[in-house]
Amino acid sequence: MRVDGKGLIDRDIPVEFSFDGQKYAGFQGDTVASALLANGVRLMGRSFKYHRPRGVLSAGSEEPNALITVGRGAAQTPNVRATVQEIYGGLSVRSQNSWPSLQRDVLAVNDLMSPFFSAGFYYKTFMWPRSFWEKLYEPVIRRAAGLGALSGEHDTASYDKAYGFCDLLIIGAGPAGLMAALSAGRAGADVLLVDENALPGGRLLGEDETVAGVSGPVWAAQVVAELGEMPNVRIMTRTTVTGAYDQGTYGALERSGLHMADGAGVPVETFWRIVAKRALLCAGALERPIAFANNDRPGIMTAGAVRTYLNRWGVAPGRNVSVFCNNDDAHRTARDMQAAGVNICALIDSRADANVQGDFPTFTGASVTDTKGRLGLSDICVSSQGKTQWIKADCLAISGGWNPSLHLTCHTGARPIWNDTIAAFVPVPGAVPGLDVAGAAAGVFSTKGALKSGAYRAKLMLDDLGIKAKPNPTPKSDDTPYGLTPLWAVPGKGRAWLDFQNDVTVKDVELAARENYASVEHMKRYTTQGMATDQGKSSNVGALAVLADATGRSISQTGTTTFRPPYSPVSIGAMGAGALGKGFAPERFTTSHMATLEDGAPMIEAGLWYRPSFFPKQGEKTWRQSCDREINMVRSAVGVCDVSTLGKIDIQGKDAAKLLDFVYTNMFSSLKIGRVRYGLMLREDGFVMDDGTCARLGDTHFVMTTTTAAAGEVMKHLEFATQCLHPDWDVQMNSATEHWAQFAVAGPKARDLVNAVLDTPIDNETFPFMACGLVGVSGVAGRLFRISFSGEHAYEIAVPARYGDSLFRLLCAQAGALGGGPYGMEALNVLRIEKGFITHAEIDGRVTAFDIGMGRMVSAKKDCIGKTMAARPGLVGDGREQLVGLRPVGTVKQLSAGAFLFEKGASASRENAQGHTTSVGFSPTLGHFIGLGFLKNGRARHGERIRMVDHLRDLDVICEVGDPVVYDPTGGRTRG
Amino acid sequence: MRITCPHCGERDLREFTYRGVALALDRPAPDAGAAAWDDYVHLRDNPAGMTRDLWYHSGGCGAWLVVTRDTISHDVISSELASTARRATK
Repeated sequence: MRVDGKGLIDRDIPVEFSFDGQKYAGFQGDTVASALLANGVRLMGRSFKYHRPRGVLSAGSEEPNALITVGRGAAQTPNVRATVQEIYGGLSVRSQNSWPSLQRDVLAVNDLMSPFFSAGFYYKTFMWPRSFWEKLYEPVIRRAAGLGALSGEHDTASYDKAYGFCDLLIIGAGPAGLMAALSAGRAGADVLLVDENALPGGRLLGEDETVAGVSGPVWAAQVVAELGEMPNVRIMTRTTVTGAYDQGTYGALERSGLHMADGAGVPVETFWRIVAKRALLCAGALERPIAFANNDRPGIMTAGAVRTYLNRWGVAPGRNVSVFCNNDDAHRTARDMQAAGVNICALIDSRADANVQGDFPTFTGASVTDTKGRLGLSDICVSSQGKTQWIKADCLAISGGWNPSLHLTCHTGARPIWNDTIAAFVPVPGAVPGLDVAGAAAGVFSTKGALKSGAYRAKLMLDDLGIKAKPNPTPKSDDTPYGLTPLWAVPGKGRAWLDFQNDVTVKDVELAARENYASVEHMKRYTTQGMATDQGKSSNVGALAVLADATGRSISQTGTTTFRPPYSPVSIGAMGAGALGKGFAPERFTTSHMATLEDGAPMIEAGLWYRPSFFPKQGEKTWRQSCDREINMVRSAVGVCDVSTLGKIDIQGKDAAKLLDFVYTNMFSSLKIGRVRYGLMLREDGFVMDDGTCARLGDTHFVMTTTTAAAGEVMKHLEFATQCLHPDWDVQMNSATEHWAQFAVAGPKARDLVNAVLDTPIDNETFPFMACGLVGVSGVAGRLFRISFSGEHAYEIAVPARYGDSLFRLLCAQAGALGGGPYGMEALNVLRIEKGFITHAEIDGRVTAFDIGMGRMVSAKKDCIGKTMAARPGLVGDGREQLVGLRPVGTVKQLSAGAFLFEKGASASRENAQGHTTSVGFSPTLGHFIGLGFLKNGRARHGERIRMVDHLRDLDVICEVGDPVVYDPTGGRTRG
Repeated sequence: MRITCPHCGERDLREFTYRGVALALDRPAPDAGAAAWDDYVHLRDNPAGMTRDLWYHSGGCGAWLVVTRDTISHDVISSELASTARRATK
């Protein structure tokens, strides 16, 4: 029911939305919860286990009951709290966990069977027979239990991530947070003020009191206006700080667009990483209910929530409101509601000495012991001095006191301490380095206390940061002391609810204690107390008080469970913002990418790079046809291939050669200027790390080439070798991978093609195999390397990246005139297998130089990284699996990579494995499959027949073992 | 976690690559013997408390750093260039 003249909603802007298909009217500024209450709707959901009818309990993000599903299809979001979701025109929300309807829910039968569903029910009941669990019990339970459901479709909503930095992060914009922001803002500090509500003000918005002579909301608005004028203060609303992490890092979720019908480019949610020099937690406090029989009916709400609906949203949650409490604070609810013209049918205070002011029926030293009303509260049973009476009430405001919202202070491992005066946990000082706590979150419950505490704590932090702050006088405000006598659970029959979301009762906790789940962490897991989406915000303290009572300990002895991030649920979509599909990893394109796509080449990923598989020609129906043609083209004419993805490291300095001698197994200081050498690199443990060529362009200038895969790793390795092991060497290096576009030109006509683009032609005399030099490429200063990864007469020609696209097109066009063209990765792979050249398929981190037949490349004349450890026993010798070539010689003519090798007579099981295959391909040059692999003592077994078994592809092949090099073993073609 | 790079200032953990204890700076001589090399390559303490680790500023300037931190409190106590630390050991 809407109350005239109250609330911070905009009554000039009516908003229509729907709940379970029924249209309702609200106003701009309403949440789903406030608008439904204004429409007299109390029933908003069904509970998790017993499908009990439930209404809203709170007015904030701690809400356990009123969970709704927003939207449909891909845009469907379950388990949204009705107390948080703001309404907008066209908003469509549904209740959850009920069938066929919220009012008539078939599974409410669970409630009748509740005696069987006590804590530990699953453990006790569904143990036997064992096989029934997976097939019967679990599917049935899963269907019956649960909260909202996912759509099963890809979430198409847009999420974002963002980063924030500040001197002072203030978490919560209630009285303490606003005062702290004012002090820090006026002092010139870089302030980030974050609040999870749409409107700053915190409790001031829910109370009817004055600050500095004006109403609370007006004072808050004035402060926000002043802060808004300050360039050094940023205010973020609808943003929840969800976690505290190391070194002043905080996670926060901004509900950027969830309150709008059409985000118009605004993401629905933004996940923030905030780094703050200091942070002040001003998150306020959460009210806790009292447990008594049937305390979960729609219409039973916390006392603070009842008057918040009145003061903030102009809604009376009932016509006959009753209050049940153990503290003075809750008396405000009766006062405010009566002042708004609502009938107060009873105020029940459990304290015999309570001082209650007000013109309504009052019961002190009394309690509520039961309630009635199937889909909503109708009557409450009041027990007072041994007498009980039923009183008509459609709303019961309950308060068992307040718990400081100290969750963030526990996120890095600290435990809160119990304070007897306010009967609540308070944060331990210094729990999170750089984080302090002010206001109600620190247990300071009066408005004046919170204002003062905010200003004071902010000043301490500013002093710490060396920022001078003028003292900020505390505005005139309410300073009523907070008196309470703890009451956790009213004794009596019937189920008294603690955790509303997970349906945990007082009896469940007592049963856990009886069955010796007496530690708070065990009780939690046995009963599921506090394990739902609300993480027990309104119920944990009550539950452990009941546990303390049942086990005869004090609450501080019982302790509390651990609070971990996030404070409130964070969508996975927000945490993974930007990382869907193509956003998952960056894409690296070569300069020939466009020309390659224009040629219709399918791309494959090589790390982050995209490289062409093959270049299909008209009439070619399979990749093998294209691949075979490209191989023949390279072997008979000329091919062009973009090899820019290989790592290129420019190394310069007086000691450059020294560094190369140290990181390569073989000698580089002896390399002549204008020559290239193949080099092998080891890890310090003696295994092969990478291989490649290195060119000497000058006395103190080298260009190293790495494999595509290991470019980053090798760069790191070189930096390690210089900075960490030899900082006194005069050598500098820089990755030049993306500075140069580099193309392989391979085939008998390679020199003709190269000469077609060079300013000055070369010949075999001036540019023999393994030569390198600076050349003019159609007027551009480039580099030429005579190296070969195909076994053909070949070059690699490099130009600055900006000329890459035109050089690639030029080379392809000129190659066409010579009967050649571009070739892709498939052909490149077969060409190198024919020559026995290795890639990371072979050097997979488990092989040594000895294994690949390069033992002699480890120079005896010098030390190098990995040399000592490579000589360990076990890393050399007959027992090692050594690189061999394989070809099928039986009836099955196919090979596969990753298959295992066995002796011909042995069974194909793991313990008999003699080795494995690493790379295979069909060689059109030889007319059969060829492969590389590692075989125990393989070099001594050339000519032997061995069995290759691929259990995955169901292949069983007889192979002949041979030399890895099966094409032009003398290398005549390369030198030609 | 945040690490201060002497070149770049305080940066997020995600800019750095971890490489283990700073023992890696003290590479033994080739003839130091099997035990010394086993220590250097394989054996590592797992301290609860202070540790000196090597971190590579891969997403930044490429400097190798020696970072002193506390594995219990997660405090990052100090950081220096590995080249400086290495020179100091000589």
